Amino acid sequence: MTDNLNRQGFTGGEPEKHPAVAAIRNDFPSAIIEVENSCGQVWVTVLPSNSVEILLFLRNNKELEFDFLSDLTAVHWPGRRGAEFEIVYQLYSTSKHLRFRLKVRLEEGQDVETASKLWQTADWLEREVYDMFGISFEGHPDQRRILNPDGFEGHPLRKEFPLQGRVRW
Amino acid sequence: MARQEFMTINMGPHHPSTHGVLRIILELDGEVVVNAIPDIGYLHRGVEKLSEDKKYLQVLPLTDRLDYLASGSNNLAYILAVEKLLGIEVPRRAQYIRTAIAEMTRINSHLLWLGTHAADIGAVTMLMYTLREREDILDLIEETTGTRMMPTYFRPGGVARDILPDFDSKIRTFIDKFEIKINEYERLLTKNRIWMGRTKGVGVISRSDAVSLGLSGPCARASGVNWDIRRDEPYEVYDELEFKIPVLPEGDVYARYMIRMEEMRQSSRMLRQLIDGMPEGPFIERSPKYVYPDKERLEGSIEAMIHHFKLVVDGLAPPKGEVYSTIEAPKGEIGFYIVSDGSPKPYRLRIRPPSFVNLQSLLTMSRGNMLADVVAIIGSLDIVLGEIDR
Repeated sequence: MTDNLNRQGFTGGEPEKHPAVAAIRNDFPSAIIEVENSCGQVWVTVLPSNSVEILLFLRNNKELEFDFLSDLTAVHWPGRRGAEFEIVYQLYSTSKHLRFRLKVRLEEGQDVETASKLWQTADWLEREVYDMFGISFEGHPDQRRILNPDGFEGHPLRKEFPLQGRVRW
Repeated sequence: MARQEFMTINMGPHHPSTHGVLRIILELDGEVVVNAIPDIGYLHRGVEKLSEDKKYLQVLPLTDRLDYLASGSNNLAYILAVEKLLGIEVPRRAQYIRTAIAEMTRINSHLLWLGTHAADIGAVTMLMYTLREREDILDLIEETTGTRMMPTYFRPGGVARDILPDFDSKIRTFIDKFEIKINEYERLLTKNRIWMGRTKGVGVISRSDAVSLGLSGPCARASGVNWDIRRDEPYEVYDELEFKIPVLPEGDVYARYMIRMEEMRQSSRMLRQLIDGMPEGPFIERSPKYVYPDKERLEGSIEAMIHHFKLVVDGLAPPKGEVYSTIEAPKGEIGFYIVSDGSPKPYRLRIRPPSFVNLQSLLTMSRGNMLADVVAIIGSLDIVLGEIDR
């Protein structure tokens, strides 16, 4: 592994040099929608149908060993028809000290399979995404709101949600 | 046959050992914990939503208020993410100052953790001692940054103002004193029979569980995860410093205590190297597009005035792109994921708070332990609710 790669997943702007990109290309050639990079960091966008399969592959691959789910979050793009939501997985390898980002595109109302079977930490992170964006995770053990109160209406991090809220407190 | 029934009790949100507003719904079999469900969100302020409506520099003060015991680290994590988006270089002196503040913040955070953790378990004396040394650190931070708790001291491109001329002598005095004091703390606790009885073998978490649960920072290293972002993905000037990363395999409350004690020693060792190697030069790179001009130039130069005005009114706008940047905060990995659409406000700002992720392991740690141990376990996780609820 070069020095460059070790610094927060930096690859010097050449996305194909990242070992995870090559590995996904090799094993899941049809799942890749896009390979992008920004600020030297690489990410791959895949189809939602086999996202968990790819995550499992990345975790168990002996060359990569992404055993640590650093973060799981979502981004709302209301302007993108048919791909309004992006789920973002930030992976890290505690042995290879390598970072990688995987994205899954979803349309409004579409579910995605839970990653909590692979990492226990995904439990709360997915609950937060559900709370803030209203995205449902298929097979999640305990899908409730986590930061907002149970009776709360709406999902605050969606772009159409007003900054000051809908009700006066 | 006797009917088995568990008792459900509420711990918090006003219990003193929950450090703020954490509520835990405990299911007990006698005095043994069967289930522990943390209920969080009492301090939710919507920082991520707020940030989407603020300019990049206006977000900075919000980050202080996440983990309010280690505001310097939060600032640093955010500023590094913004700098990567902007693609700007930082003068070496500024990097040294920032690293020094980050390490002072770590000592500050660990000291308060040690005092309150010990007080929770019953060794109340400890808090008085650690607050005494923490006061010295806070005084130093106040002299350098202007505030004790919420410095907002870092800027894209450097720091807000230079350190004072007597910074290094004051730090040296502090370290000399502090290194003796740590030994005193350890004399009170490390071999103390009651302390060991309350912490050894309590709240054990295995290495595989720790990784799966996303534990980071001292909690992960106490379970044998040999990983520290400062060493493995060095940022600022950590690759020029000499320090050891303590790792212990036990994974209990005692191991987490030992790790943090050693970390404080290493931090003071780093501080010594930082003030010895402090380079001369500018403390901020004044590139007019991103950085406010020197205040003194505002009166005499129309260009400086225009720069200042443009930055305040328009804000700085990074190019389209996104970045996930992490650092080793006192509590673990703090990450900022920023998506920029080219406007002066972040399109999406996600904070990966270490305490939020670490707290999730409470159930794994406390199941099968006694009710009184839950207090010790929460203390050993070193959580701050400002960061969990955001």
